[in-house]
Amino acid sequence: MTLLSVEGLTVALPAGGDRPHAVEEIALSVDPGEIVCVVGESGSGKSITANAVMGLLPKQLPVRAGRILFEGQDLLALGAEPMRRLRGARVSMIFQEPMTALNPVMRVGEQIAEAMRVHGAGGDAARRVPELLAAVNLPDPTATARAYPFRLSGGQRQRVMIAMALALEPSLLIADEPTTALDVTTQMQILRLIREIQSRRGTGVLFITHDFGVVAEIADRVAVMQHGRIVEQGAAAEVLNRPQHPYTRALIAAVPHGAPGAARVPDSGPPVLVTKGVEKTYRRSGGWFGPKPVVRAVHDADFTLARGETLGLVGESGSGKSTLARCVVKLVEPERGEIIFEGADLRPLSRGAWKPYRKKIQMIFQDPFASLNPRRRVGEIIAEGPITHGTPRSVAEARARDLLALVQLDAGAMERYPHEFSGGQRQRIGIARALAMEPELLIADEPVSALDVSVQAQVLALLADIRDRLGLTMLFITHDLRVAAQVCDRIAVMQRGAIVEQGPTAEVFGNPQHAYTRQLLDSIPGRNWTPPVIAA
Amino acid sequence: MELSKLPGFLLRRGVKAFVVILAIVVCNFLLIHAAPGDPASVIAGQSGAADERFLAQLREQFGLDKPFHVQLWIYLKGVLTLDLGFSHRQQQPVWGLIRERLPATLLLTGAAFAFAVAAGVALGTLAARRVGTWADSIITVIALTFYATPLFWVGLMLVLFFSVWLEWLPSFGMASVGADLAGIAAVLDVGKHLILPAATLGLFYLAVYARLTRATMLEVADQDFVKTARAKGVPEGQVIRRHVLRNALLPVITFAGIQAGQLVGGSILVETVFAWPGIGRLAFDALLARDYAVLLGVFFCTSVMVVLFNLVTDLLYAVVDPRVEVEG
Amino acid sequence: MADFWRRFRRNRGAVVGLVILLLVFLLAALAPVIYPGSPWDMATAPFVPPGEEGMLLGSDSLGRDVAAGIAHGARISLMVGAVSTVAALLIGVTLGAIAGYLGGIADDAVMRFTEFFQTIPSFVFAILLVAIFTPTISSVVFAIAVVSWPPVARVVRAEFLSLRSREFVQAAEVLGKSRLSIVLTDILPNALSPIVVLASLMVASAILLESALSFLGLGDPNLMTWGFLIGSGRSVIRLAWWMSVFPGLAIFLTVLALNLVGEGLSDALNPRLARQRGGPA
Repeated sequence: MTLLSVEGLTVALPAGGDRPHAVEEIALSVDPGEIVCVVGESGSGKSITANAVMGLLPKQLPVRAGRILFEGQDLLALGAEPMRRLRGARVSMIFQEPMTALNPVMRVGEQIAEAMRVHGAGGDAARRVPELLAAVNLPDPTATARAYPFRLSGGQRQRVMIAMALALEPSLLIADEPTTALDVTTQMQILRLIREIQSRRGTGVLFITHDFGVVAEIADRVAVMQHGRIVEQGAAAEVLNRPQHPYTRALIAAVPHGAPGAARVPDSGPPVLVTKGVEKTYRRSGGWFGPKPVVRAVHDADFTLARGETLGLVGESGSGKSTLARCVVKLVEPERGEIIFEGADLRPLSRGAWKPYRKKIQMIFQDPFASLNPRRRVGEIIAEGPITHGTPRSVAEARARDLLALVQLDAGAMERYPHEFSGGQRQRIGIARALAMEPELLIADEPVSALDVSVQAQVLALLADIRDRLGLTMLFITHDLRVAAQVCDRIAVMQRGAIVEQGPTAEVFGNPQHAYTRQLLDSIPGRNWTPPVIAA
Repeated sequence: MELSKLPGFLLRRGVKAFVVILAIVVCNFLLIHAAPGDPASVIAGQSGAADERFLAQLREQFGLDKPFHVQLWIYLKGVLTLDLGFSHRQQQPVWGLIRERLPATLLLTGAAFAFAVAAGVALGTLAARRVGTWADSIITVIALTFYATPLFWVGLMLVLFFSVWLEWLPSFGMASVGADLAGIAAVLDVGKHLILPAATLGLFYLAVYARLTRATMLEVADQDFVKTARAKGVPEGQVIRRHVLRNALLPVITFAGIQAGQLVGGSILVETVFAWPGIGRLAFDALLARDYAVLLGVFFCTSVMVVLFNLVTDLLYAVVDPRVEVEG
Repeated sequence: MADFWRRFRRNRGAVVGLVILLLVFLLAALAPVIYPGSPWDMATAPFVPPGEEGMLLGSDSLGRDVAAGIAHGARISLMVGAVSTVAALLIGVTLGAIAGYLGGIADDAVMRFTEFFQTIPSFVFAILLVAIFTPTISSVVFAIAVVSWPPVARVVRAEFLSLRSREFVQAAEVLGKSRLSIVLTDILPNALSPIVVLASLMVASAILLESALSFLGLGDPNLMTWGFLIGSGRSVIRLAWWMSVFPGLAIFLTVLALNLVGEGLSDALNPRLARQRGGPA
């Protein structure tokens, strides 16, 4: 029998939205023991579908039509109290943000016990809570139960969430992007955990994601959503390898294929950038007594960057890759080491002495919504760098217009403010701002990780094109190994502040030497799936 | 915060509080010297027609002919041994005057504080639960009204209404004059006198707490962990009590500490309006008489009260919020 | 700008507040026209109730016109509110900007200093300052500014601290802009909305503070103020309620109007927060 069956679900958007309905005519089903992925880009309505099943839609999003049958019972016709009794007991949910999904002032064991108590199973809590925490592979379950959430890492908190969701052995688990906020190795552990528990208990899972790699890793069946509608639905292998709908085909075509590009001949002249013995250590203020906790953000991270080459710095959050990049541009000041750019050590230079180098080294930032000053026009944003360095305003503005064309925006953008642009367009503006300085070295700090997959592909193509045309040297920071493989000539893998392995891309990926590199590669979701080559 | 870290926490906060108190003493000292005219006459009180002999005695006592740092040292030593000077007008040591009046002020501010917090949090919670309804609108309007009204004027209006027109409550003093009550009757008499001043002082802060509670409740209600609680089937009332309110009260505690000083300041106005025999009234009388020694003493003592109260709220916060780290 | 006005207008309370505020301004501006001559002069018999003998709001114990006092007092209240707020903003923005942008030791030092001023009972301190420096209009403004700046410093510091680590400020650093230019063109314009909202509320609390000081007899003895009017009516409240009631209403309406305008500004400058307040889930 079908566990969950959604039929003709339509949810309204408040007046003034970009479309009348958040989701329209949704039809999907989940069988016991089955994992169904709902995949789509941001704003496609996939989370709203999940929340509708839980009965957790905000008041502004009323259900207009349809039925949600759970174990044969229409949830939409159920009153508030019977629905509450189902939630957490028969249907559970885990969320995207483990950092904020737990009550900060309550011990985690107590939060799990509460889930049991409100469904009348509180008597078992003392025995069951440590068992549940052990079942999600948390070390020292009794101690963890007594801890407050802030003591746990993101991955550990997500395990607690899973333990809580499974406390009463529900027959349906809804997972709303549960691994998006996690690092790639943690993501793989959580995916495996969900898969394992689900197959052992025969739980049905409705899994929301934006990542086709995750789909390939975990799904039995897939539903692809666009603009609030399901455009394609079917068995996972079928949809992933033989997508039918144009939108699905476009999305899958945009997934970074992870194959290294054609090897380019390295320049044999003097290197553009060399780092030697750079160290940055953060000391947390430890109060007046006791030793201060020390975090070695960067150490043992020497690398050399030849002219025209792209070096990828890859690693998980906290590995020090961004800190290292910021050391190069003096946004972070390292305590020790040499940062040699075209033969000169930049580290000891004062703010004033650094200024000439600002033209030669530029940076592109991660967050397209935070990297542009919201109070300035795009024209000013692009032109202000050259103007600061003495270029006459008229020249700088003419050049800004040319650059907008180069990044495929029209000249009308000059007079508009950043908030009038989409994420991908803003990232293009950020690229134009960096290029306005005519740099020799471009540092790209996770330039596409905040973008939807289709936009990501466009921005990556633009970057590669500009790099080749202008002969730029690039330091490319990313956590996404598929992206790194596609863009970089060489790869340096960072872990806990140190570069543990570096070499030509094909070598690092084809024959990894360090255990951590192997672990990273094994953690790429859907690593056994090669996206099909799709003719445009 | 774990209980084992409590002594260290207390020690650090105690040291910090002591430093603040020292700074207040220095501040007083600088004020005396920054004032126009002879420091001795400031200490004595200008309009007090202080005689030359008394001034000379003050100059001797405070070493006013000695170098600046020596003067500071003498002054510090004096204050820290609770020698707050001598009121020439009242012919009494300042500390004695203040000690005598302190209980009345503590009673008034304590009652007003308890009333403001209890009623403010309750009304704020109600408004947040019923956001957008008429109950919310009424509470918001009441809060805004008392927030925008001068304290002393609220006092006068309450007197006009409850004492002059309705003749329900006394408008003056702390106890009925010449009634000579004892036991329960005396307590009830004081209680009856307390209602109007405590309400006056409390209403403004009630407005502040109601607004703050409403705002933080709405903010917390939007957070992910509240959705988690609903997703695990926690009944609505329990979601509010255990998850929303518990987190929303943290800023309220912080704020209680911050505005303790204002509460003390407000008591000067209220005690003036209701002739409540506390240190606020003492300050007002000193003001009329330009008796600066008493004013400086009142400033010092109220500051110490606030510092101590802050210590308590810090401690409370550290106990309620586990995230407060050792160095917090 | 049109957008700003549209969002401001959506808050009906703010529009009402703005209208009241404009009326108070009008009253202050026209006071010498409507009530020529000094508000201290005797106009009629003492204790004339409102509406009698041409006294719209009655007369006080010396036969002075209460309405004339309120009209002239409006000038003082608005002036003290505005000037002391500007002074407090100067102190608070400067200190907050230094602490937030420089961080480190400068931040520590400024914040300890700010905390100290926030700990001491501000009203008692203001009384002390005015009493010791003798009550004049400038010592009142000085005292109010000295006790009002700490919240500004805190808000500005928090804004600067968060903006400083934003990527567009880092981008400005990488472009090689000078510190001053980064503060003036990148950070300050983005920190302006909370400062503007805070300023409107500070004018309100400065007016309250001034009225409390003059109620206690610490106003400038040469100037007619609302607080003084209430203070002089206090002891005769059983005899002449109008002496206390009307000036109090004037303070209440002005302060209320400023608070409403402040909320409107906040809604108009932070559309996101306004939506939250409007209808959370």
